[in-house]
Amino acid sequence: MEHIYDTVILGGGPAGYSAALYCARGGLDTLIIEKISPGGQMALTGDIDNYPGFDEGVDGFTLGMKMQKGAERFGAATEYAEVTSVSLSEGIKKVETSQGTFFAKTVIIATGAKPRRLGLDHEDELTGRGVHYCAHCDGRFYKDKTVAVVGGGNSAVQDSLYLSRLAKKVYVIHRRDTLRGERIHHEPLMRAENVEFIWNSTVSLLDFEKRLTAVTVKNKISNEERKIELDGLFVSIGREPESALFADELSLDENGYIIADETTKTSLEGVFAAGDVRTKRLRQVVTAAADGAVSAHLAEEYIQGLTSDLSLPQITPAI
Amino acid sequence: MAVIKLTSKNFDIITSGDRTVLLDFYADWCGPCRMVSPIVDEISEEHPEYVVAKVNVDEEPELSAEFDVASIPTLVVIKNGKITAQSAGARPKAQILALLEG
Repeated sequence: MEHIYDTVILGGGPAGYSAALYCARGGLDTLIIEKISPGGQMALTGDIDNYPGFDEGVDGFTLGMKMQKGAERFGAATEYAEVTSVSLSEGIKKVETSQGTFFAKTVIIATGAKPRRLGLDHEDELTGRGVHYCAHCDGRFYKDKTVAVVGGGNSAVQDSLYLSRLAKKVYVIHRRDTLRGERIHHEPLMRAENVEFIWNSTVSLLDFEKRLTAVTVKNKISNEERKIELDGLFVSIGREPESALFADELSLDENGYIIADETTKTSLEGVFAAGDVRTKRLRQVVTAAADGAVSAHLAEEYIQGLTSDLSLPQITPAI
Repeated sequence: MAVIKLTSKNFDIITSGDRTVLLDFYADWCGPCRMVSPIVDEISEEHPEYVVAKVNVDEEPELSAEFDVASIPTLVVIKNGKITAQSAGARPKAQILALLEG
């Protein structure tokens, strides 16, 4: 007889390990399946200043390790494996992975999101060879070189500002005619002498030999095309959810997010979606962690057969 | 087998011998590198048939340039002195093993 967990949690970011902490502390037999390492997207960023309790900030990798330890303290186990397919519609859920098949009464999906790609030809093979998605990681390879940032939101603005301090020249390519996001970051970027804005434009072509050499940029209003020679292109056009594995069984919105409200309940009984992968207004470490707690509570209720149909359940902390 | 800290001075280690080599280009401050690092350590422990080495890109800019590394972590597989795979970004263990076996 195969072992059946109370809860299998997919993804070891803040939502996953918060769910694991609450599940394990509540006495559920809990397994987290994580692809690479704890932390998720949080581990890919630098310092996190907006997660409460760290008065001097905390680096995302360290916070991820702490969250893992916190959950493991109460008996949650981590399996490092890549999920290849899931079967969630039946009473006993099945999760197939690179390390074998796992069964559970409930599944909490906390797979998060990843950087959105431009969707251009040769983008994959040029990744790491001039096309980048993490300015914080790869920016310093472009000291005194020419780079471009694609995007105009908060992340793109921060990436551009960071790169403007390293690179010789930074183009900011944005499909609108103004920057979005928090204005506090706009002014230093506008003032930087080595930054040139290319408004109303998108990248239409990647030129390369062994690595990226230039991009073609198309103005959406005039339809004019312009070739820009550069050494590196940093793509910062938002994120997309890691939800492809669930598209057959769960309801997703038009952007691929799993449809679930603050209860984290999905369109299937016993299946919950926590953190960045679900439809929500604010995607932050703190809101992901909150989702994890809610999903654990509802998973526990479901297992006990006490699931109520109230859209806003009474949530009592498990003290 | 212990992971080798590769520098321009002990570079010969990876060019001599006929064992397959896994290189991990990393930096201490890089989150995805810290995610991959323990996986690389595990592979080194579990697969003595491979030579596993790490290159600190801050300390070894020449080696990084030689391998055209512009993204970290970058994993490089060398067989018989030739690069057979070069992959940027954090990868699950199964994928790294597939690079080595491929």
